[in-house]
Amino acid sequence: MSIEVKNLSYIYNEGFPGESLALDDVSFAALDGELVGIIGHTGSGKSTLLQQLNGLLRPKSGTIIVGDTNITDSKTSMLSVRRTIGLVFQYPEYQLFEETVAKDVAYGPGNLGLEQEEIDARVREAIEMVGLDYDEVKNKSPFELSGGQKRRVAIAGVIAMKPQVLILDEPTAGLNPKAHDDILQMVETIHQKEGNIVILVSHNMDDIAAMADRVLVMDHGKLIMNGSPQEVFARREELASIGLAVPAATEILGRLKDAGLNVEADCLTLDEAADRIAAALK
Amino acid sequence: MIRDITLGQYYPGSSWIHRLDPRTKIIATLVFIVAIFVVPDFIGFAISFVVLALIIGISKVPLKFILRGLKPVFFIILLTFILNMFMIPGETLVKLGFLTITRQGLHTAVFMGLRLIFLILGASMLTLTTKPINLTDGIESLLSPFKKVGLPAHDLAMMMTIALRFIPTLLEETDKIMKAQQARGADFETGNILRRAMALIPILVPLFISAFRIAQDLAMAMESRCYGGNMARTRMNAMKMGSNDIMGFVLMALYLGITIAERIFM
Repeated sequence: MSIEVKNLSYIYNEGFPGESLALDDVSFAALDGELVGIIGHTGSGKSTLLQQLNGLLRPKSGTIIVGDTNITDSKTSMLSVRRTIGLVFQYPEYQLFEETVAKDVAYGPGNLGLEQEEIDARVREAIEMVGLDYDEVKNKSPFELSGGQKRRVAIAGVIAMKPQVLILDEPTAGLNPKAHDDILQMVETIHQKEGNIVILVSHNMDDIAAMADRVLVMDHGKLIMNGSPQEVFARREELASIGLAVPAATEILGRLKDAGLNVEADCLTLDEAADRIAAALK
Repeated sequence: MIRDITLGQYYPGSSWIHRLDPRTKIIATLVFIVAIFVVPDFIGFAISFVVLALIIGISKVPLKFILRGLKPVFFIILLTFILNMFMIPGETLVKLGFLTITRQGLHTAVFMGLRLIFLILGASMLTLTTKPINLTDGIESLLSPFKKVGLPAHDLAMMMTIALRFIPTLLEETDKIMKAQQARGADFETGNILRRAMALIPILVPLFISAFRIAQDLAMAMESRCYGGNMARTRMNAMKMGSNDIMGFVLMALYLGITIAERIFM
């Protein structure tokens, strides 16, 4: 399974005041088992791109091919697209509606028309995969859970559909540091267990650097960088010019280098940075 | 799709109509509505058409944008049209089984259909050319004489301001929730009425929860800034009527006069 996006463009409010080009000729590919990070400013077109990938918005022009299906073709069944591609929106806990956690998680699999037994098995599996105790939470109302737990339940609702591509739009927004780490840990676990493609949007460069195999940088609807975290974050000044930061370690080494220290600034973690600095000072 | 609703939407601009005092526009709209009910025949509608076309032309709001606002009420207009056409007794024109179309029925159907369309277009010109905030300020100012008889004009205006302010927010919220549920395989477009109604539950429950959350946050924010409706509040932008407004009144009075004259004499 791979994703291929070719020359994708999208315009909001075409022909009306407030018309804006949200995506401008975006092309990229994601390979099987990759974890792709997308970074970009608010309004850079990230969310629009994600909704295109899921078939929620139809592009003005361009194609998206997932596996061997062209999902931009109007003949493609949307249900099969959603079976293949799971999209977790920002603040997904606002979509919870059922009386119990188990029923809410079962909503997606139910829409896929699965057998009841299969649904029950998937619900249990998904709830456990997001790190909750199935027997403890299954009969609780989703509204009596804490913020972090609600978000886990909402994510479980999407993974229970067993998508081959899992897209998460800022899954850690608005969470406390502990819940933030837990959610990312959970994403890693799901990625490893399911071996699916994960597309992760985040404003936190350290998270992206630590997790992503490939980083896409969006600016004003255009895809301006596409490469490994090392390659992308090495372009510190370019990123700064569009208002994006680099991971803390890269930033420190970059500034030391600017100040005259003889180091290479292409590392991403604090441990690597410490080693580089130690080596340079010897 | 849900964003296509233009009823109650503001179209930014700086035309002569946009710059009129909101009170002038509210009164002019009321005059227009009264005139539409006074209109006795199709000549009257022709005059009203000219007036409405002038207003639309001067406002520079694109016709396409205005007509989009008719879409949600299209069904109501159609239903009125059909009911009138078949239900009114008189001279038979066409007979379809047990249904008969009469001359009077057809006349009334077209007449009522036009009346509805004119009413909606006239009223939407008010909201299209007036910012919601100015609109409620205008309503408050027009209602304030009734404060003496205990009408809470300010509170009513504040409620309207909030309602109008949150229409786009709630539409956006609905759109977001719909998309989130669609991403989970929800299907709102197929099946019988019962199925479709059931399919709305996953939208309505989160929407209500959001609405309560927003209401609570807003109430808290207002409270923490010591909002109180009954204090003698002053305005940053006080409304002032000018020569343009007088001209507006004169024009609308002329229009109403002509319509009434037509009803009496023709």
